[in-house]
Amino acid sequence: MTTNKTSSRSLLAGDVGGKRLLIILLLGSVIFPAFNLMLPESSFFHISTYTLTLVGKYLCLALLALSVDLIWGYCGILSLGHGAFFGLGGYAMGMYLMRQIGDRGVYGNAELPDFMVFLDWHELPWFWLGFDNFGFAMIMVVLVPGVLAFVFGWLAFRSRVTGVYFSIITQALTYALLLAFFRNDMGFGGNNGLTDFKEILGFNLQSDVTRSVLFSCSALALIFCYLLCRWIVDSKLGRVLIGIRDAESRTRFTGYKVEYFKLFVFVLSAVIAGVAGALYVPQVGIINPGEFGPLNSIEIVVWVAIGGRGTLYGAVIGALLVNYAKTYFTGAMPEVWLFMLGGLFVVSTIYLPKGVVGLFQNLQARKENSKIGTITGVGT
Amino acid sequence: MKTAHIGDDTILYVNGVSKSFDGFKALNNLSLTLKKGEMRAIIGPNGAGKTTMMDVITGKLRPDEGEVIFSDNIDLTKYDEAEIANLGIGRKFQKPTVIESLSLFQNLELALQGGRGVFQALFHKLKAKQKDRIEEVLEQIALADRRYDLGGSLSHGQKQWLEIGMLLVQDPQLLLVDEPAAGMTDSETETTAELLKEITGAHSVVVVEHDMDFIKALDTTVTVLHEGSTLAEGRLEQVQQDSRVIEVYLGR
Repeated sequence: MTTNKTSSRSLLAGDVGGKRLLIILLLGSVIFPAFNLMLPESSFFHISTYTLTLVGKYLCLALLALSVDLIWGYCGILSLGHGAFFGLGGYAMGMYLMRQIGDRGVYGNAELPDFMVFLDWHELPWFWLGFDNFGFAMIMVVLVPGVLAFVFGWLAFRSRVTGVYFSIITQALTYALLLAFFRNDMGFGGNNGLTDFKEILGFNLQSDVTRSVLFSCSALALIFCYLLCRWIVDSKLGRVLIGIRDAESRTRFTGYKVEYFKLFVFVLSAVIAGVAGALYVPQVGIINPGEFGPLNSIEIVVWVAIGGRGTLYGAVIGALLVNYAKTYFTGAMPEVWLFMLGGLFVVSTIYLPKGVVGLFQNLQARKENSKIGTITGVGT
Repeated sequence: MKTAHIGDDTILYVNGVSKSFDGFKALNNLSLTLKKGEMRAIIGPNGAGKTTMMDVITGKLRPDEGEVIFSDNIDLTKYDEAEIANLGIGRKFQKPTVIESLSLFQNLELALQGGRGVFQALFHKLKAKQKDRIEEVLEQIALADRRYDLGGSLSHGQKQWLEIGMLLVQDPQLLLVDEPAAGMTDSETETTAELLKEITGAHSVVVVEHDMDFIKALDTTVTVLHEGSTLAEGRLEQVQQDSRVIEVYLGR
């Protein structure tokens, strides 16, 4: 239960689940790469590059789930279009990686990526300029999703579009991007997207060391963003967000400009999603318009709901669990996976309103209660 | 009509305000003046325009015509809800609305003056003096022993008090209170009337209510609204004698 005693001692003082999670992540960010690089493949503890990359991918998706929990769990903004921001961050990174290919493409053209040569283009479009520079690309990773979220959020929140109407237009947003990016003349590789990457900052993307570094970066990004989100939701700003979630008009009539608070948290969330996308792309080696699919965005919400909404660490756990299950079941019995996902969502909504995390909290509370019961002798 | 000079002792001046919805005149040339430190009870049958009047004063609705002046010639029709709240007008809703998953203390902390901007809120630190103020209000609304309980755990009547407390902690010049006694037990109703009377003087208070016993307990000037305009004004006993009032409302 939330108390209001001075919480300035430690950011994670009241967040046991988060503390455990971050310790595991921190250890993982060292142990996974170490066991991959230092142990021989014959060793029982050796972690294959495949596993390392797979878990690295999960960490990026967990970061994406975290960004959704920040707005949905704490401010009640149900975005069903967060895949859009993830995809844009991914494309910004993808464009940098494309420029890194240089003349090693199939057509050997140093000036243009393969798909442009194929389309018989002779000049690099203006919006590709600057993407040979890593720093510029990283700014775009943050800026493009951020600016889109700002403009979209400004229009929606100022017009007081809320609830299911907001969710629907976010679906429209990501679907519109899907259609746009599918078009070849958009200049982002159309249907095939961007792929066949070779290097990042001059390091071979296929090498175990690069993979390990990317893995650690993903874990560290998740840790950093988790702490950032925890700091925000524990501040008075976080309580204003909860106020907006629980009683929007009360908060407004108390003197808070609800639209500004929503805009702030929505933009921040979009930026985090963009960073997640940028870390995801070099690990999976491709970005295509499929990432903008409306279903992808809905899936993110399912991860958060299953993990436990409004806890931050629940979102991370949900994303890791569901994506592991997805990998396993799409391999073992691909035809049942979608039914399972749907079933999980229904079951978690009906029986686990607070998700997996809430289930454990309940079990723990029951254990503690029975302990008190036996001590005082009034046990059931 | 030209803007009348607002006297120094006037806190709210509503003049000739009309508001229609699809041809239905919810407010029809409504005028109302409230003095500093005064309490006013507003009664009227359903659809008389009580809530619309509150909406116009608090910036939720813009009037089609007329003026709404607050305190030192502030034209309220130019501001939105949040700005009006920060100018010093607090509003309690008909349905008690508190933030259910925050503690009582946190509810009041949120309502406390200051830290209204996004980044101000992010870096906001509660000062000892502000803490004392919250404790003071918790005592005043008789919920001090529940300060760490969640808003959602309160009974209906207690939520009403917490919401009134959220207004008080802001220290507004004017409180608009919509049906504070709705759903309360008799003793709770009595306590609420006492509480409102206690804060009158330091604050100006407008109470909208259906419950006649409650109005009687408030013992103050009553304005009767009917079809969007003022029908009668005066002491309750006086108003109750008015033949028009009896016809539209009390005598039914």
